[in-house]
Amino acid sequence: MELLVASAIGVLTAGGIYLMLRLRTFPVILGISLLTYAVNVFLFASGRLTIGASPILQDGVETYADPLPQALVLTAIVISFGMTAVVVMISLGAFLGSDDDHVDDQPEPDPETGPERAEGTS
Amino acid sequence: MSLFIIVALPFLGALLPGLMNAAGRAATAGVTFTVTLAAFIGLLTNLPSILAGEVVMTRVDWMPLLGLNFSLMLDGLGFFFALLILGIGLLIIAYGRHYLSRDDNMGQFFTYLLLFQGAMVGIVLSDNILLLLIFWELTSLSSFLLIGYWKHLPEGRQGARMALTVTGMGGLAMIGGMLILGQIVGSYDLSVILQNREMIQADPLYLPALILILLGCFTKSAQFPFHFWLPHAMAAPTPVSAYLHSATMVKAGIFLMARMWPVLSGTPEWVVIVTTAGLITMVLGAVIALFKHDLKALLAFSTVSHLGLITMLLGTGTAFGAMAAMFHILNHATFKAALFMSAGIIDHEAHTRDIRRLGGLRKLMPVTFVIATLAALSMAGIPLLNGFLSKEMMLEEANHTVLFNSPWLVPAFATFGSLFSAAYCFRLIGHVFFGPVRDDYPAKPHDPGAGLWLPPAILVVLVVVIGVAPFLAEPFVKLVTASVLGDAAEVPKAYFKIWHGLVPALYMSVAAVLGGLVMLALFNPALRLWDRAPRPEAKTIFEAIVEAAAALARAIILPLHNGAFSRYAAIAVVVIVAVGYHAWRTGTVGETTRTMQAIGPVPLAGWLMLVAATAGLVFVHRNRFMSLILIGIVGLMVSIGFVFFSAPDLAMTQFTVEVVTIILLLLALNFLPNTTPIESTLLRRVRDTGVAVVGGIAAFGLAYHYLLRDAVSTPISEFHLANSYKGGGGTNVVNVILVDFRGFDTYGEIIVLGIAALLIYALTETLLEGPTRAKLLNRTPDQARAGDKHPMMMVVMTRVIMPVVLMVGFYIFLRGHNEPGGGFIAGLIVSIGVVMQYMASGFGWASARLRYPYHGVIGAGVLIAGLTGVGAWFVNKPFLTSDFTYVRIPPFEEFELATAALFDLGVFLAVVGAVMLSLESFSRLSRLTTGPGDSEPMDIDPSRDDDPADSAPTPKEAV
Repeated sequence: MELLVASAIGVLTAGGIYLMLRLRTFPVILGISLLTYAVNVFLFASGRLTIGASPILQDGVETYADPLPQALVLTAIVISFGMTAVVVMISLGAFLGSDDDHVDDQPEPDPETGPERAEGTS
Repeated sequence: MSLFIIVALPFLGALLPGLMNAAGRAATAGVTFTVTLAAFIGLLTNLPSILAGEVVMTRVDWMPLLGLNFSLMLDGLGFFFALLILGIGLLIIAYGRHYLSRDDNMGQFFTYLLLFQGAMVGIVLSDNILLLLIFWELTSLSSFLLIGYWKHLPEGRQGARMALTVTGMGGLAMIGGMLILGQIVGSYDLSVILQNREMIQADPLYLPALILILLGCFTKSAQFPFHFWLPHAMAAPTPVSAYLHSATMVKAGIFLMARMWPVLSGTPEWVVIVTTAGLITMVLGAVIALFKHDLKALLAFSTVSHLGLITMLLGTGTAFGAMAAMFHILNHATFKAALFMSAGIIDHEAHTRDIRRLGGLRKLMPVTFVIATLAALSMAGIPLLNGFLSKEMMLEEANHTVLFNSPWLVPAFATFGSLFSAAYCFRLIGHVFFGPVRDDYPAKPHDPGAGLWLPPAILVVLVVVIGVAPFLAEPFVKLVTASVLGDAAEVPKAYFKIWHGLVPALYMSVAAVLGGLVMLALFNPALRLWDRAPRPEAKTIFEAIVEAAAALARAIILPLHNGAFSRYAAIAVVVIVAVGYHAWRTGTVGETTRTMQAIGPVPLAGWLMLVAATAGLVFVHRNRFMSLILIGIVGLMVSIGFVFFSAPDLAMTQFTVEVVTIILLLLALNFLPNTTPIESTLLRRVRDTGVAVVGGIAAFGLAYHYLLRDAVSTPISEFHLANSYKGGGGTNVVNVILVDFRGFDTYGEIIVLGIAALLIYALTETLLEGPTRAKLLNRTPDQARAGDKHPMMMVVMTRVIMPVVLMVGFYIFLRGHNEPGGGFIAGLIVSIGVVMQYMASGFGWASARLRYPYHGVIGAGVLIAGLTGVGAWFVNKPFLTSDFTYVRIPPFEEFELATAALFDLGVFLAVVGAVMLSLESFSRLSRLTTGPGDSEPMDIDPSRDDDPADSAPTPKEAV
């Protein structure tokens, strides 16, 4: 089971990093979301994996899942929503303002070749 | 008066001129004058203690661990300088009130001036060298503001920048020197440092400390080779030039040399560096001054020359030299400030400061003539004026100074410098006031009102009184000298008198004055020679250096920081992985302590879906709608994973957040392009894949490693499990942690969430107001619009389930303390219920029914949570201490009441408000494109057969 969770974290991280390195804002936002999943699961797993032992106190039960990482991750999930919303808003504003959703700075279009947009830097 | 108040008065008073600006110029100047006068009188109240030879000290510990304490000390030297700063400050304020024109912002001017004054007083009264450094930097900053006061003049701006650069660099060097000094002695208190002469001079770090401190002093006091900034600072208004650049700020470096004199002086290094710099500055300044045509430039270079003279006197390292230096500081401050003010008067009345366009003013401006002539003659060293006395002492001291093993070097240069000094003084008098009256002045010159001539006249009275009766100044100067010397030397016995007999100094003096007269006679040929001689232009060199430094910075920064954010991200990933790998290789890896749990078929299926969805997302990310569906699957699988691994709260949160995130991204996609074009090269994609795979393997390795090992130290979770019910009154430990154990964290988090939502709102407002508004209005949607915008089925469904959703939210909220749930989750659920109304019936209809603005909801949430925390204070408990009790209201069962529930209500409200404000902001953008929206809940009117008058609900005003 540990292997499954660890590899899921790895896959989410890899996918997140790849998308984060794209050139347009939307895939970058998706990439950051994937990374957020990876980080949340990673933090959650720092309490180690426990099956069938929710941290709800009951009489006669001695083993519980670690509640502390859960509390941390719970707020992290909500905050990451706020962060995603802000990033989306910023990228939307940038796109509406310049008709351009590139992440990287674009070279100034050469006035002699006309209004066509210059190719991406890399 | 307490020293604290004396230092604080100008700073506090600096607020007043700005406030009084509306009350008129007289009021503004008046309040500045009053503040300075109060500090001046406060200083004088300490005079008896000073005369008794005491040192007044006050001290407040500020940052004792750093050695930085707010300790002030007033001794003879500090008193002397503070007297100069505040006394001349009073005259300058009176003068400035009449000098500034109606177009100048007087409040601003006097605010800067008081800031400067406070910083200067702070320097001379500091007992702690770190505190002194703070005030030192403050004078650089405030003088920057004052030099650049006339912002419309390019010379003013350039001069201000140059002054700040030079003195700021010197200040940096001095910080280094002071820190070394403090390290040597083990204390940053001046009074302690001054007691440790031997220890400091024996230390191997003495020379670096000396050089660094002298760099600070030389830049501030415009000593060669840093003298060039002072003439450019003359672009400032004349009151500033008279105050900062002759009487006070440029003397700060000299003050510091005098202050440090007991511990730093007397070594061969000190004598060579300080005397040489002073001598060169004195001669160079005097020679350049003679050939300047701008009155203020002439005075500026003459100031440079006199500062060099004082520096040289301090450099000789003898007690007599120090006494002569102190006396000359006093004399120079009086005659030079008077001269600057006279130059300002001439500029003010004749509208030019160019000596070549002046002449013959003796008859037109008799009062100014008398003032300026007396001051200039004093500067030239004519008997019966104070300049003569200290100049004689200087020549006397020079006569005994041996530099580079040559007994004649210093006397010869000193006489040469005095000769030019006399020459420019005579030129000032002769070419400005004497000669025929001209008829081509830019304005008809005449004497100004008393407001302008009285301040310099007061100074000239001092010039004459000290010059005629030097014994009046003698006790005071000796008192100051005594505090300069400290325990290092005895105060010299020499008396101040006009006639010393036929000593060599007298012959040197006579030679200088006669030579000066000859020089004036030969002025025109000399000027032609001077103009033909090649000279390095300091400003050009300075600008070349600055430009080279800027070019170097650009060459380093621009290639590194070229705006390619995706490259930064790639570099960051690689670096983080590399650092982690290094830690892994060099650290010790513990043994596996946990056994792997068996993999069941259901988790395997979930894992497969998650991996497939992630992989699919990477491959089809160019199709943006498809990628939204796939990321939804990923989120769903993560939620189910949380359920499986005993985290029901997390699962519920993740699931609800997933819903609102997808809605948010859909709203954004409404505007963004629907596909991502292929732009990156194959090579780049391969490179990114490599980086991603490395990052993924690293994350996998780290997670896998610790999942199979127990924590190195015992986790604190045991405490939470043990105390959750006993101390927090709840059985859902996660919720108790959120609202009780770690309530402060949660409080911060809801505030952050609220700020994020407000930020989104603010950005939307900007977009709606700015140039994008027209773009949004003219935008044609890139997708076909829905034929049925408000489907009846959906409208009816959402209306029906709204109460159900609210009840579920309420239930989840209430049970949160003991069962999975709580404010966060309930807030998200209720938000989804409200969002559904927007989706079904449109923005216009839904917002018309909005009773409370979402900002208010966020604010109410944060307030309720905060007030719950504050409530604990009333029972003398720390912020956010919770309490709970069990009550029973028949016929219900016994139930629990906890203050934590009230806190959770705050969390709930903040979450609802933040989520709704974010989504609403996005919707407002599209509303601009699609029109105002509908007031009807749906397109089909089910009640169309009825009387239309009473069917449609009345829309309320949107808030």
